[in-house]
Amino acid sequence: MLQINDVRVRIPVAGGRWVEAVDGVTLAVGSGEIVGLVGESGCGKSTLGGAVMGLLPGGAQLSGQVLLDGRDLGGLTAEEYRRVRGNDIALVSQDPSASLDPTFAVGAQVAEAIRNHRDIGRREARERAVELLRAVGIPDPGARYSDPPHRFSGGMKQRVVIAAALANDPSVLIADEPTTALDVTIQAQILHLLRDLTVRTGTGVLMITHDLGVVAQVCDRIAVMYAGQVVEQGTVRDVFADPLHPYTRALLDSQPAAHHRSGDLPVILGQVPDLTDPPAGCRFAARCARVHDRCTTAPPVVETRGGGRVACWLHDALPPVAQEVS
Amino acid sequence: MTAKSTPAGGTAVVRAFFWLPRSARAGALILVVLVIVTLLAPLIAPHDPNAIDPTHVLAAPDLGHPFGADALGRDVFSRTVYALRTSLAIVFASVAVASLAALPLGTAAGYFGGWVDQVISRPLDMLLVLPALLLAITLIAIVGPGSIVAALAIALIYLPILARVQRAASLVVAHAGFVEGGRARGWSSLAVLRRHVVPNALGPLLVQAAILAGFAVQIEASLSFLGLGTQPPTPSLGLMLSEGRDVLTQAPWVEIFPGLAIAVIVLAFNLLGDGLRHRLDPQGMAS
Amino acid sequence: MNPRLLFVLRRLGLTIPVLFVMSVVIFLIIRLVPGDPVRTMLGFRATPESIAQVRAQLHLDDPLWVQYRDWLAGLLHGDFGQDFVSKAPLSELLAQRVPVTLEITLLSMLLAVAVGVPLGVRAAVGGRWARRLTEGFVVFGISVPDFWLGIMLVLVCAGTMMWLPPSGYVPFTEDPGGNLTYMILPVLTLAVAEAAYIIRTTRGAMLGVIGRPFIVYLRAKGTRERSIVYRHALRNAATPIATVIGIQFGVLLGGAIVVETLFALPGVGRLIVTAINQRNYPVVQAGLLVVATLFILVSLITDLVVGFIDPQVSDRGES
Ligand SMILES: Nc1ncnc2c1ncn2[C@@H]1O[C@H](COP(=O)(O)OP(=O)(O)O)[C@@H](O)[C@H]1O
Ligand code: SF4
Ligand SMILES: [Mg+2]
Repeated sequence: MLQINDVRVRIPVAGGRWVEAVDGVTLAVGSGEIVGLVGESGCGKSTLGGAVMGLLPGGAQLSGQVLLDGRDLGGLTAEEYRRVRGNDIALVSQDPSASLDPTFAVGAQVAEAIRNHRDIGRREARERAVELLRAVGIPDPGARYSDPPHRFSGGMKQRVVIAAALANDPSVLIADEPTTALDVTIQAQILHLLRDLTVRTGTGVLMITHDLGVVAQVCDRIAVMYAGQVVEQGTVRDVFADPLHPYTRALLDSQPAAHHRSGDLPVILGQVPDLTDPPAGCRFAARCARVHDRCTTAPPVVETRGGGRVACWLHDALPPVAQEVS
Repeated sequence: MTAKSTPAGGTAVVRAFFWLPRSARAGALILVVLVIVTLLAPLIAPHDPNAIDPTHVLAAPDLGHPFGADALGRDVFSRTVYALRTSLAIVFASVAVASLAALPLGTAAGYFGGWVDQVISRPLDMLLVLPALLLAITLIAIVGPGSIVAALAIALIYLPILARVQRAASLVVAHAGFVEGGRARGWSSLAVLRRHVVPNALGPLLVQAAILAGFAVQIEASLSFLGLGTQPPTPSLGLMLSEGRDVLTQAPWVEIFPGLAIAVIVLAFNLLGDGLRHRLDPQGMAS
Repeated sequence: MNPRLLFVLRRLGLTIPVLFVMSVVIFLIIRLVPGDPVRTMLGFRATPESIAQVRAQLHLDDPLWVQYRDWLAGLLHGDFGQDFVSKAPLSELLAQRVPVTLEITLLSMLLAVAVGVPLGVRAAVGGRWARRLTEGFVVFGISVPDFWLGIMLVLVCAGTMMWLPPSGYVPFTEDPGGNLTYMILPVLTLAVAEAAYIIRTTRGAMLGVIGRPFIVYLRAKGTRERSIVYRHALRNAATPIATVIGIQFGVLLGGAIVVETLFALPGVGRLIVTAINQRNYPVVQAGLLVVATLFILVSLITDLVVGFIDPQVSDRGES
């Protein structure tokens, strides 16, 4: 299982400044569990995924702890990390057309994922790749093995990417918006395929999405991210039934009913804070309907509530010192 | 600093100079110096480039002959200066002719498309069937050797390249919104072309012309080296290199300096072209 | 039909009109000479009788299209006509000359690719020093005229050190070692600029590919960096690289003319230049025809190679 402890990522940008893209995230993904990581675009979801994969942009600084099956990935050498990637943790990203090498046969790209980690012959890798392609639902995988990616539809390409990602039975899969680039009709198929395959093998999934509908369909737990921080997490049932954080509530309120999801971001008034210079108190304060004076002076502490956790002064263990504004 | 009033043209040139990226400024500066040197050749050259001096046959470089003297005792420095003059004249003539022909052809092909494009582009494509130097040599085979033929041959090589660039740039501009605007205002095609397409599509053509100008120096020198370009007694860099081969080991200066001169011009045009590309052709339509 | 086969057939089909146009242009050379080409060819030997005789010999009095038809028919049977000066059949002359030109150009190309592609890759993915050094080499290779580089090489290697022949030639079949020794300087001369262009193109193409998302995904699969760079990125960068190699082959053929003259190599290039100076039009035509055909064939091969490396190219317009 994956355990992320107080992870922070800073990315250098022009003018000697840093984007504090991930700021003290603590999160766990158990085996066979699907955890939805939700938040608006730019809130640091992909960067968190990159921190776990050891694939941050050049010059980025990482602190905190990433434990995979109890092993600290922080101290790994480049070659050790390479052996982990695609083997113990795998990635499926947003755009399948951009994920595959356009000049290589799709089957070869699956076989490569196997041979990167296993010392087996070409023939054997090929046979195993054909089986994987069959398992993800590519029709006639033996014949399509040699086809280049552009002869497949988006959904079929994403199936190939999933086949390659799951080739070595990883403990954890990071699925970074795996259905965003796909047709609505295909999205559900891919989600359920992911769910079926990972539940069967006990692979834990960190399902990154900005779509609460995706969370409702396949996730066990949810972590809501805002401006680099996880502001609330808990079981999907609890959080959906009783969101504690005003941002979660706003997300849920602005979401159309789950059965006609729009692919777009929910609309919440106001602007995301500048992550090169985040506000001192609660990062959501500028947009929060329930902001009060404590919010702008100090960042809220994380409190345990039931099975979940929330970071909001409204849910401080101590009673609020000042009056709520609304 | 004293505030001197510069004529308006002068300030524009200075401003254009500083508008260039730094490396391109070096290229521009070298070219300006070379052009001045060649324009003032009679003042700068210490000797008559063709004056034979039996007392200085293969003389090594010294103060009187900074680049030494050749097998006939002619001053290599003076000959290089005059040869530069010939080379630059051929280069400017060839690139100017090619650009002036490519401008209307490429613009019409890109702007109108359809059969106009076919009628213009297909025959130009045929010129690309032969490798560049072969095309030049073919023309020379027909007409006979000489500086003017060499310039025309280079122009012929460059015409299809420049026309293609201009065609691509016009194609892009022709689909930009303001051209539609001009049409909607009832302007004639010619007015739209003159006011919008040509000014907006000119950048890549200039970039390509600058880069090609550098290689024109090389082509001209190659042709003269083969005896197919500039004919003696006119001094030319290629001819000097061809003549100096026989005395290479005794008097390497006869070979070294004209060759360096070519390398410097090519480098200068390349720097300028690359810099102009950054400023004028961000999409990289020129090759 | 198999898309690749279709692609090959379509590309072959495109080559035929190009060959046709080229042959017409070269056929017309002698007819385009201002004034009477035969008078020009004969020079001071021109008398009304000799002019009439040569015109008949070259069939210049037939209608143009008949002349072209006969010329083309001859070519297809391997008959390139006669050397106007020596009267020898040109097919024999070309059979001696073409291999020399091919040897220089192909060896130069091979050397330039073998050096240029790895250096271009290093320039793209290597450290600052790799980048600086290759950039310096590129500027040098592009700016320095090839024949001058050849002269300087002679000065340094043959003149001063005396361990390489400054010029000359023996056929490979007679003396392979000697042949290669004679090839060293000409091949180096041509390869430097060629390598510079290949480095520049490789570097640019590799930088473009390295920034693409599938490279990140390859890393996420645990693919080794070496394999990412040389197997995946390089293959994706191959289209512009192969295209430039094809274009540069034309430049090499032009450069061969100069280099053959410089190093006294008996290739087609020198043949053409000598023939132009002698107004030996049949030789000029035959020589140009061979070189242009080589160029067109290399363009064809380049396109086919690109189609095989990148399936997107061969699939284009499939349906
Ligand atoms: N390579 C990068 N360089 C500079 N800033 C980056 C880079 N990658 C991400 N960021 C910044 O980090 C923040 C988080 O980005 P990201 O993790 O991609 O968000 P998400 O995946 O939630 O949309 C954003 O503000 C983004 O601008
Ligand atoms: S801490 Fe204050 S501002 Fe932040 S979410 Fe809670 S109530 Fe809103
Ligand atoms: Mg993202």
